[in-house]
Amino acid sequence: MRNLKFAEAVSEGIIQGMEADPNVILMGNSISYNSGALGTTCEANKRFSHRVFETPSMENAITGIAIGAAAMGKRPILYHARADFLFLAMDQMLNLAAKWKYMYSGNAGTVPIVVRAVVGKGWGQGATHSQSLHSLFAHFPGINVVLPNSPEDAKGLLLSALTLDSPTVIFEHRTVYNNVGPVNEERYFTPIGKAKIVRAGKDITIVATSHMVTEATIAAEALAKEGVDTEVIDLRTIRPLDEETILESIKKTGHLLVVDTSWELCGVSSEIAGLAAEKAFYHLKSPVRRMSTANCPQPVSLPLESAFFPKASNIVRNVLNMLGKNSSDNIDIDLKDNFKGPY
Amino acid sequence: MLQQIENNEVIDQSTSNTSIQTNIEKELLKNMIWLRMCEETLVKLYPEQEMRTPCHFATGQEAIATGVCQALSQGDVVYSHHRCHNHYLAAGGSFFKLAAELYGRLEGCSNGKGGSVHLTARDKGFIISSAILGEDIAVAAGSAFAFKIDKLPYVAVPFFGDASCEEGSFYETLNFASLNKIPALFICENNLYSTESHIDIRAASGATIHGRAKALGIETAAIDGNNVFEVYNTVKSVLPKIRSGNGPFFLECATYRWREHVGPNFDYNVPNRTYRSKEEQEYWINERCPIKSAKQLLLNNGTVTAVEIENWEASMQIEIDDAIKRAKQGTWPDVSSLLENVY
Repeated sequence: MRNLKFAEAVSEGIIQGMEADPNVILMGNSISYNSGALGTTCEANKRFSHRVFETPSMENAITGIAIGAAAMGKRPILYHARADFLFLAMDQMLNLAAKWKYMYSGNAGTVPIVVRAVVGKGWGQGATHSQSLHSLFAHFPGINVVLPNSPEDAKGLLLSALTLDSPTVIFEHRTVYNNVGPVNEERYFTPIGKAKIVRAGKDITIVATSHMVTEATIAAEALAKEGVDTEVIDLRTIRPLDEETILESIKKTGHLLVVDTSWELCGVSSEIAGLAAEKAFYHLKSPVRRMSTANCPQPVSLPLESAFFPKASNIVRNVLNMLGKNSSDNIDIDLKDNFKGPY
Repeated sequence: MLQQIENNEVIDQSTSNTSIQTNIEKELLKNMIWLRMCEETLVKLYPEQEMRTPCHFATGQEAIATGVCQALSQGDVVYSHHRCHNHYLAAGGSFFKLAAELYGRLEGCSNGKGGSVHLTARDKGFIISSAILGEDIAVAAGSAFAFKIDKLPYVAVPFFGDASCEEGSFYETLNFASLNKIPALFICENNLYSTESHIDIRAASGATIHGRAKALGIETAAIDGNNVFEVYNTVKSVLPKIRSGNGPFFLECATYRWREHVGPNFDYNVPNRTYRSKEEQEYWINERCPIKSAKQLLLNNGTVTAVEIENWEASMQIEIDDAIKRAKQGTWPDVSSLLENVY
């Protein structure tokens, strides 16, 4: 199977979705240029230019417009270059799209919009260009919240979203755009609501979201050298949440660490910890731990920014500590930030 | 109703223009009386505490709903806001299903899950109403955008009040609509009040609502929204241009809400309700009633007789009473349906 970059996989998913369903349309700001949307819409723009719509800066109303088009049978894919702009779209997404099927008991049809939002990280992206709002959105019934890490899942989850009755928001972390991996050439569907065990292990479970799956996998390889067999679960979707895969893993390992790209309080890491406390308490051999972004907005200055995010070396330290093992001070495994900015 | 009028017009093509005019004038009056009798029946029953849903009664604003909906054709779609009963009924929504919805019964248009502000009658072209100001302006524009993409000759119509024109969604949508020349007919019902706040303390001096639309390059008109003939004739005259791709049209209709913002009372009967004077309310109720003036005009010019009107009212009352009786006897939704239609 050939390897694709994350952006190529998203692009291929979009193209195959557009080929399969003439109602799929793309909307967003700066998506109709070759440099736009991190390259994910270039091919669609070449092949289906009449279905790619450039929009003004209007995150609120464009979401409503996507909903109204979806009510007439369209399947709009909306693109936001930074997820932080979704705050402006929340009314339409949560007060209307997420509730549409329920409020009208299905009698008004469905509005299956797909919203893609890129989450920034590093190179001084700062407080308002680096937030992953997945936990916020996942609070609300009626919407699917998706966080792909691998190119394979980026394509398969997008294609699945294009078949659902309900709206979906996909958070694409800027850092996972570095990922390269095998992607099937066919049009395939990765189930939404199903987590993936990306590394099987028996000693401890790490449940991770988005880019943190990459950090956890690096940590797991380092831990293997210390004799720790780590299981890494990529949540992929946080609403619906795949409780079964998480609980089965906890029952096997007895230890749980949750690593997330957003904050702890009322966040998905707390949700998973709550799940473990409620449904796997007697299988736990040590307290659950959460790792997340520091309890502050994201700072710009390099040493502060570096301390803000969970990273592989800290994951290793936490795991060894949870298992009562000693860890060395110098764990030189962290990803080098090769992002050259500015965007 | 959209269907019915379409059929009437087809039949009427073989008769004289005068006859068409007479039939339509009578239909307009009859429809307004239907809206008034339905709404005022609900008003009377509201204090029984059996309709457990906040109702924003629209008594006094019938001419806009009737005039617009009677001018539309099959395939056109209508969206509404919190004060939506008139629009739903004028589009042809069933009064029985409205009443059943307010009583929380399974037979309601949204199976009892929506309530007064979340109505639907998709088969009549009334897609949905929802409660958040400005939402439906964007959503209707989205349906118009879909019509444009599919080269369909339909028009999408959002009804909204003066306060919605203060929302960001209003400006974003109007810019998009103008830019993309979408087939939307924006109907602003300016009833002067947002809850209890008068428009004079909400709008910048000189910034008329239709003037704001005009500034964004949209063709506009400002008319007496309590004159059903003026509403109907204006809409009828602009629809062909909208359908043929000339872009949207914005119609500001001056009107007045008789009853309190939410609930069945006249404000002047509510202690400490001082935001508007009794004199002002009595002026609009006695001197500017859309039904009284239309009735007088058609009686004076012999288009309709008093006996005809009495007969309409008698048969409408029978239909209304029957609908209320059946709605009150409707089925309570089973608790097992609580989680249905979330996704």
